Amino acid sequence: MSEIPEGLQYSRTHEWLREEADGSLSCGITDHAQSALGDLVFVELPAPGRKVTAGEAFATVESTKAASDVYAPVSGEVAAVNDALEADPGLVNSSPYGEGWLLRIKPAAPAAGLLDAAAYRAELDSAGD
Amino acid sequence: MSHATVLHETHVAAGARMTDFAGWRMPLHYGSQLAEHHAVRRSCGIFDVSHMTIVDLSGNGVLDWLGLVLANDPAKLATPGQGLYSCLLNEKGGVIDDLIAYWLPSGGYRLVLNAATRARDMAWLSGLASDAGISLAEQAGLAMLAIQGPDSASVLRHALPKLGPQIAALAGFHSIQSGDYFIARTGYTGEDGFEVVLPAPGAVQLWQQAVAAGAQPCGLAARDTLRLEAGLHLYGQDMDESVSPLECGLAWTVAWSPSGRSFIGREALEAQRQGGVTRRMAGLLLEDRGIMRPGQRVDTAAGPGQVTSGGWSPSMERSIAMARLPAAADELERCTVTIRDQMRQARIVRLPFVRRGRVLVQL
Repeated sequence: MSEIPEGLQYSRTHEWLREEADGSLSCGITDHAQSALGDLVFVELPAPGRKVTAGEAFATVESTKAASDVYAPVSGEVAAVNDALEADPGLVNSSPYGEGWLLRIKPAAPAAGLLDAAAYRAELDSAGD
Repeated sequence: MSHATVLHETHVAAGARMTDFAGWRMPLHYGSQLAEHHAVRRSCGIFDVSHMTIVDLSGNGVLDWLGLVLANDPAKLATPGQGLYSCLLNEKGGVIDDLIAYWLPSGGYRLVLNAATRARDMAWLSGLASDAGISLAEQAGLAMLAIQGPDSASVLRHALPKLGPQIAALAGFHSIQSGDYFIARTGYTGEDGFEVVLPAPGAVQLWQQAVAAGAQPCGLAARDTLRLEAGLHLYGQDMDESVSPLECGLAWTVAWSPSGRSFIGREALEAQRQGGVTRRMAGLLLEDRGIMRPGQRVDTAAGPGQVTSGGWSPSMERSIAMARLPAAADELERCTVTIRDQMRQARIVRLPFVRRGRVLVQL
């Protein structure tokens, strides 16, 4: 059973968002996503300052077998990226909601169309997780 | 509708993530494919490879018949039990499949073929066999376990104590038969290892005994990174019916002598050899960040090529690939690989990357 912390927002494409004290949004991939991908061996993140549009593929996570796109859950500007993932992409597997965060976004507008923990859980259950 | 091996419940109980492969439900990994990979390089791993196709051959003239069907020469099998890696070619010299042929101690021959090519292989072999009076018996009731890694001999001896001395004495690419068990010192990882074929009902117990003796259950994901590091070909990626063994790094498996052995595909290969082979297989080591994947374009000083197998090397912590390149592309030369629309720098290297736990390529 995947871990789905309360208080985060979730996308149907398995990204999560958490609001930080400075108003920026941390973004990562969910426990369900990391488990489905398997051991990650490479993470490619956009440069800080880049403008992103909700729904745009803006990062790549690669397991030994496949490369998967990560989609921006919200429009805005990349404020920071998790440099630790360059040396240790496995942090995304071991701590998808903590040390394995991908990046922070300064939102241009409030996030729309995202799910809370219960709704994301229901989404996974209906997909047979 | 997919098939399940006799070990399906064992895999699920061990927490395996299952995947569909060639119509079979197979374990992809049991939690960490990287840990499984390292277990095989450093100690011992066990794989369920019961999806593979096993065909036993018998009949008068079976050796001559195999000499017609295989590009390698089965007459090289000097003693019962010995095995031989070979390609199965079509008339144009294209690779229908790769396989291991064993001279069974009990007298006939055994072919171990890929699961993904089963239907094509069986149709091809049946057509050739019926004309020659050779009987093909597919062994669907057997399971196959691969026990691989530097500690595999000691693990297997613990699991099968009665066969301990025979296991210890077994030479590479040789096999023994004991009762229902067939044990070959072969594998697909670049490490020492064994492939054990046995009646399916006994496979669960052997699996559990090997795990109790220290074997790490390993899935298809680790199997793929291990074979890629070892420079071992994967049918359907590194070769298929559109390439000949001369173009994909398998020329060493083609037996030209005796010159009178007219195996299927020989004429086409002779013509290709005389006309000049224009493509070859090479290893690539990525020097930039990123991961090479099958189908990506490669540009060398001698012209373009393509990645046939690519991915991440857990032993080298770099991306490596097998690629089909122009024959004139030189080793140690730099080339570029187009990864997700970006040109990345790689180096052409000699295969394999890793053998017997050692990285052979200079990083």
